[in-house]
Amino acid sequence: METYKLIVNGRPMEVTTDPGTPLLWVLREELKMTGTKYGCGIAACGACTVHLGGVPTRSCVVPISLVRGRPVVTIEGICRDPVGRVVQDAWVSHDVVQCGYCQSGQIMSAVALLKAIPRPTDADIEQSMGGNLCRCATYVRIREAIKIAAGQLK
Amino acid sequence: MKAPERTVAFTLWGLAALALLLAWPSSRTASAQAAASPGRSSPTGSRTARVEGLAAWEQIYSVLTHPRCINCHTATNYPQQGDDRHRHFANVVRGAEGKGVAALQCVSCHQEANADSTGVPGARGWHLAPLSMKWQDSNDRILSSGLVCREVTDRSKNHDLDGPRLLEHHTEEPLVLWAFQPGRGIDGRPRTPPPLTHDEFVAATRQWVDAGTPCPPIK
Repeated sequence: METYKLIVNGRPMEVTTDPGTPLLWVLREELKMTGTKYGCGIAACGACTVHLGGVPTRSCVVPISLVRGRPVVTIEGICRDPVGRVVQDAWVSHDVVQCGYCQSGQIMSAVALLKAIPRPTDADIEQSMGGNLCRCATYVRIREAIKIAAGQLK
Repeated sequence: MKAPERTVAFTLWGLAALALLLAWPSSRTASAQAAASPGRSSPTGSRTARVEGLAAWEQIYSVLTHPRCINCHTATNYPQQGDDRHRHFANVVRGAEGKGVAALQCVSCHQEANADSTGVPGARGWHLAPLSMKWQDSNDRILSSGLVCREVTDRSKNHDLDGPRLLEHHTEEPLVLWAFQPGRGIDGRPRTPPPLTHDEFVAATRQWVDAGTPCPPIK
């Protein structure tokens, strides 16, 4: 067991755990931040996406030992980001969610997309969001919400 | 100048000129050989160096075309995975700079070191090789030894790397080093390493570079 200092959503935290423990399990089990979801456990579905050092990251495959001081932003903290706020508002106003299980990952990926490409094309959206699976198939509404959010960002 | 002195001077000048004439062809041959094959001074030596260089290249080629290397030297819009070189899962795509796309980057999963507890390989700067350094065709068939050799040595395609810098690349580049310490897969088993050790790979590269980076004919 090792002790790790983390900065999660701007707050310093400390956890003692096995170095191989995935960041997802530290967030959910140690820090009780359950907004980030476990989908597949092999980085195939995107439900566990968080921002690590500003990079959208599949937290289910990143051992805590490789976080190495980079700040973590989760769905619980993305509302404090200007782009995150706009995306969440677009998600609500466009009623994107059906079951909701994948949506925290979808929003984290959408925010990363809009930070990199403020006016994404359909192809940009499909490529960037193509790794986030939605069993309810809300893909059309996700794409529309991203466009709405893009239109509201200056 | 008196007559005997003039005679001696002419004689000395003549001998010097004769010496230069005799020396010139052999010195020209020697310098040409040296340029073609550093450290060799005879035609036989030059041929031997080339043969040894080509043999060293074939060793290098066996590494470059191993899945640990060639899976990220594709001609397609995606990287490959595994010893069977299947398409990378999760809809991973190349992106404009070979680093994935905004919300799905290579570094979204691949960290600066292998994550053996989760089976994800990692090294600093994980990315796809540029299309100019593709070692496969668009149907994922591995290019021949002669073609790969020309891709590797074409400075308009290889980030302007000459022989010594290719040696440096093979010796120090983190992604090259990763191939020889590829960690464990998701099933917990060690990934298959290339057929040479890193020391052997560097030694082969040094021999190939010393021989002037010769390439086999294109078949």
